[in-house]
Amino acid sequence: MESHIRRGADGAVVLDLAAEERALLRELAADLRLLLQEEPTDPALQRLFPPAHDDETLERDFRELTRDGLVSGRERSLDLIVETADRTTLSAEEADGWLRALNDARLVLGTRLDVQEDFDWDELDAGTTHGQQLALYAYLSWIQEQLVEAL
Amino acid sequence: MSTTLAPGEIEVETPVGDEEHEHDRPWIVIVWNDPINLMSYVTLVFQKLFGYSLAHATRLMLEVHYDGKSVVSAGTQEKAELDVARLHGYGLWATMQRD
Repeated sequence: MESHIRRGADGAVVLDLAAEERALLRELAADLRLLLQEEPTDPALQRLFPPAHDDETLERDFRELTRDGLVSGRERSLDLIVETADRTTLSAEEADGWLRALNDARLVLGTRLDVQEDFDWDELDAGTTHGQQLALYAYLSWIQEQLVEAL
Repeated sequence: MSTTLAPGEIEVETPVGDEEHEHDRPWIVIVWNDPINLMSYVTLVFQKLFGYSLAHATRLMLEVHYDGKSVVSAGTQEKAELDVARLHGYGLWATMQRD
């Protein structure tokens, strides 16, 4: 399939996306932005903040030290997608923000759908909600892969 | 650790207890395999965060993929925590432990 995201001659990342794709990405980013405000009891949200230490005390200290920075970094990346979803080009720094936000969306969605490495995509049934969510996950993976290649 | 002793300090006992030794032991940062992160993305993150070459970053990514985990950096507790937090910022499953 032809790449819709590529590196322009001037080093900028060119986004050749349809209006529907841009609207979808903006909506996803806005939804995830709201989810981040919630208490992290949701396993999908916990996946964004995995523990660093086995030791409880060390882990508590690590959490205290890093949690706010990690949340605000994620919020910035998601806001960036909302703000730049209609752009035709991104700077390398903006593309990095897109990459992180897309990955966060995939982590949350993939955790909810319990995506496994050996998933057989031929079995995807687009007639079900689960199938549609999987299709969305696959789409995000495809976009992210193109972005990685462009960088 | 080697220290220079000033004259007159020879009698002073240098703390070489377990606690001091424990404190100096370096920590290692481990990235674990997960079914969601893309192989190409993980390689890019290793290059970006640690300045590794494409070849080295790819080798570490393949270790994560096939062996389930890979040690990607090491150092003091502070450095390891910073590296883990940066990896978490990119959504990678990273933990740390004493070497």
